[in-house]
Amino acid sequence: MATTATSPSLPQRLRAGDPVAHTLTGMAASFILAITALLLYHLWTGSALPRAEFGWGFLTGSSWDPVAEKFGALPFIYGTVMTSLLALLIAVPVGLGCAIFLAELAPRGASDALTFTIELLAAVPSVIYGLLGIFLLVPILQTTVVPALVAVFGFLPIFQGPFQGVSVFSAGIILAIMIVPFIVSVSREILLAVPQDQREAALALGATSWETTWKVVVPYALTGIFGSVFLALARALGETMAVTMVIGNKPEVSSSLLAPGYSIAAVIANEWAETSSGAMHQQVLIELGLVLFALTVVINGVARLLILSMKGGKK
Amino acid sequence: MTIPKILSAAVAAILLTACGSSSEQPQNLTGAGATFPNPIYSKWFSEYQKLHQLIQINYQSQGSGAGISQVTEGTVDFGASDQPMKPEQIEKFKTTRMTGVLHFPTVMGAVVPTYNLADVTAELNFTPAALAGIFLGKVKKWNDPAIASANPDVKLPAADIVVVHRSDGSGTSFVFTDYLSKVSPEWAAGPGAAAAVSWPVGLGGKGNEGVIGLVEQTPNSISYTEMTYAIQNKLPLGAVQNAAGKFVKASPASVTEAAAGTPMPDDFRVSITNAAGDDAYPIASFTWLLIPETIADASKRAVIVDFLKWMLGPGQAMAPGLNYAQLPAAVIAKEQAAIALIK
Repeated sequence: MATTATSPSLPQRLRAGDPVAHTLTGMAASFILAITALLLYHLWTGSALPRAEFGWGFLTGSSWDPVAEKFGALPFIYGTVMTSLLALLIAVPVGLGCAIFLAELAPRGASDALTFTIELLAAVPSVIYGLLGIFLLVPILQTTVVPALVAVFGFLPIFQGPFQGVSVFSAGIILAIMIVPFIVSVSREILLAVPQDQREAALALGATSWETTWKVVVPYALTGIFGSVFLALARALGETMAVTMVIGNKPEVSSSLLAPGYSIAAVIANEWAETSSGAMHQQVLIELGLVLFALTVVINGVARLLILSMKGGKK
Repeated sequence: MTIPKILSAAVAAILLTACGSSSEQPQNLTGAGATFPNPIYSKWFSEYQKLHQLIQINYQSQGSGAGISQVTEGTVDFGASDQPMKPEQIEKFKTTRMTGVLHFPTVMGAVVPTYNLADVTAELNFTPAALAGIFLGKVKKWNDPAIASANPDVKLPAADIVVVHRSDGSGTSFVFTDYLSKVSPEWAAGPGAAAAVSWPVGLGGKGNEGVIGLVEQTPNSISYTEMTYAIQNKLPLGAVQNAAGKFVKASPASVTEAAAGTPMPDDFRVSITNAAGDDAYPIASFTWLLIPETIADASKRAVIVDFLKWMLGPGQAMAPGLNYAQLPAAVIAKEQAAIALIK
């Protein structure tokens, strides 16, 4: 390689573009890793006091007394998981149905217009959803939805006890409304990206239009659809303002969905401003951040394993 | 002299007086802290800027805890808090900033019990025992004798009481729990007094708007809120029995009475809940500006000193318009003397 004296020719310089692009994009990718590492580092060092004081018992403790400095995370973990699961339970069928309609069945013009509306919904700030929740959704739930539910399913433990408007149930519904747009807009793009020859092949074999959609197009796009559900789940787990407005903010574990609860993100937002830096109360809130981080990792990990096993089963 | 000349002379004169001394330099001040006095602080800073065009005061209402942390770390020029700094916080301030911290009361506010009872139009009276009982979860029904005995002319429903409290840490909660701790040994031994406590019963609403939303939505509910918010939202204000045994409604005047009835220590760190005095409203509090004792930057120091003097003078008159109570004359005199401590 005798290149020391002569300047590189044009083709050589273009080839040198490859390593440059490699380095630049690699740096962008490692930036993400660096942010995550930094976040973990700060969550870990910032919560040294309560980790030493409570140990693993923090995860199972259920008292929350800032005055006596007795803290347990269980009610918050429970509230976060329950509201997110409830939201997914409602939002996945609705969102997927909407996406299938938009991608496969609706005329293109109507589909584009509806998609635009849905993306608009995704951009509404969460505090607006929270206020809508408390002033619009809660009264509707109180006067019609919950009495009807209790009349039919009142024997189930999840529909026991008095309903005071704000509850885990209300928070789950608001979250469901908030995450549907994510599922719809991502899933629709993925369904549209399914190659046309897949559909044509199915139709040629005599499948009806719905059979084509449900047995060919949706399975083809399944990984991508799960991706949209993860995105929605991530938003639901971390949602703060809307949840705190309607969940009741009561650190208690109750088997009934109609009882008030609390979520991790909500308690951090609620109590942070009045804590002083380095104090036990503030460090506990940081540790809750760490718990939320771990919770997200675990839930995502489990979901990914589930998909892998499903794919494995198909082969 | 032509008319334009007279006009321009007049404008120049106005400008000169408006700017105060001609030696004034551009100056930016930053403060952070309590949300409760934010409306009056915003008004003060904007009025003060009209008088001193080169001075910018930027106030971020992030909460009292944030105010104390930030002034301790020196990221702001002054802090603001709804509760006096605790001894350990003052100690931390001293070791971090190598100087002391001064508390300057600015205005006072009241926390009022408010409720949603469909068929009750009269404004209810609350004894300390009734309030403590309700928030401890011991008094469960609206027609409980603890409430009914203080309201003989009101027909109270036999409905369950739904307690609503603030879920976010707040000065409002601190004042209310500080009061409950003084009147109820059981409360003092249980939840105690703090910006965020472990509430024995009830639903939590985020912020004043969250609490008021919950009270409006929930029949038979009771909560506590800053007087201003209850008035703005046309919620009923319950009267509270004070230390002298009289039922008093919250108003700027009855709050000023509470401050007048409490001896003021030299460092101004005082609680005026359950104050003595016939007309004193018992759930009231000062709110404080937190100023470092030594301010190295001479021009900043001059602005802070001048602002404090202005706040204690013309600034006080603006308080009642925003439903804050003015400081009593004795407190103002004492603060004016304390300004000299800023070096």
